[in-house]
Amino acid sequence: MTVKSGARVLPDVFGRFLTLSRIVALKILLKPLVYSLCTKGRTGMATEEDSAVKEPLDLIRLSLDERIYVKLRSDRELRGKLHAYDQHLNMILGDVEEIVTTVEIDDETYEEIVRTTRRTVPFLFVRGDGVILVSPPLRTA
Amino acid sequence: MTYLFFSYFKDLVGREVTVELKNDLAIRGTLHSVDQYLNIKLENTRVVDQDKYPHMLSVRNCFIRGSVVRYVQLPPDGVDIELLHDATRREARGG
Repeated sequence: MTVKSGARVLPDVFGRFLTLSRIVALKILLKPLVYSLCTKGRTGMATEEDSAVKEPLDLIRLSLDERIYVKLRSDRELRGKLHAYDQHLNMILGDVEEIVTTVEIDDETYEEIVRTTRRTVPFLFVRGDGVILVSPPLRTA
Repeated sequence: MTYLFFSYFKDLVGREVTVELKNDLAIRGTLHSVDQYLNIKLENTRVVDQDKYPHMLSVRNCFIRGSVVRYVQLPPDGVDIELLHDATRREARGG
């Protein structure tokens, strides 16, 4: 009795497994097709409007070879020409001016003394994890 | 995974660079190698401000974890601007 029902269940499970694997196989086959369709649409649009700003990083792409302002963690600011960047906001800047702002407390008056230290570096790689904001050059100035 | 800066630093192997860390320590040395995380190995190192960090005097070569790097000062003639622009644009399209 138990053997019979077991035998009846077995092909059923096997059949289900077959259909399941068929669906998976279909998905795997379709994936590159769907993918290529998506990328086709993207590249097609990119050639039409190369200067369009569609995502935040496009703003930085348009600042390539321009002087930008970068605000960094630990009260640092940079101004320099953008030569390269990636999606982490790692950057290579040229003719860089770095401004470091430090605040000291006067021992007697307890007043805050704000000091800025400036220095220039010809070429600088900046690691992206320190970046707070990137601003394109001021076109109005 | 992008390889823009990885490949760039690989081309810079053998050159003198100054690596500035997030704890304000600046180490100058010859770039020995770099990996995909931008971990850096320096040789013939010397600390830029030796009075401030005398405990690093005897360190002659070191491995620097990529995540503790703030800046890398690059040699001015080690930057091919056109090449960087092209690589960045390619990366912006593909990424």
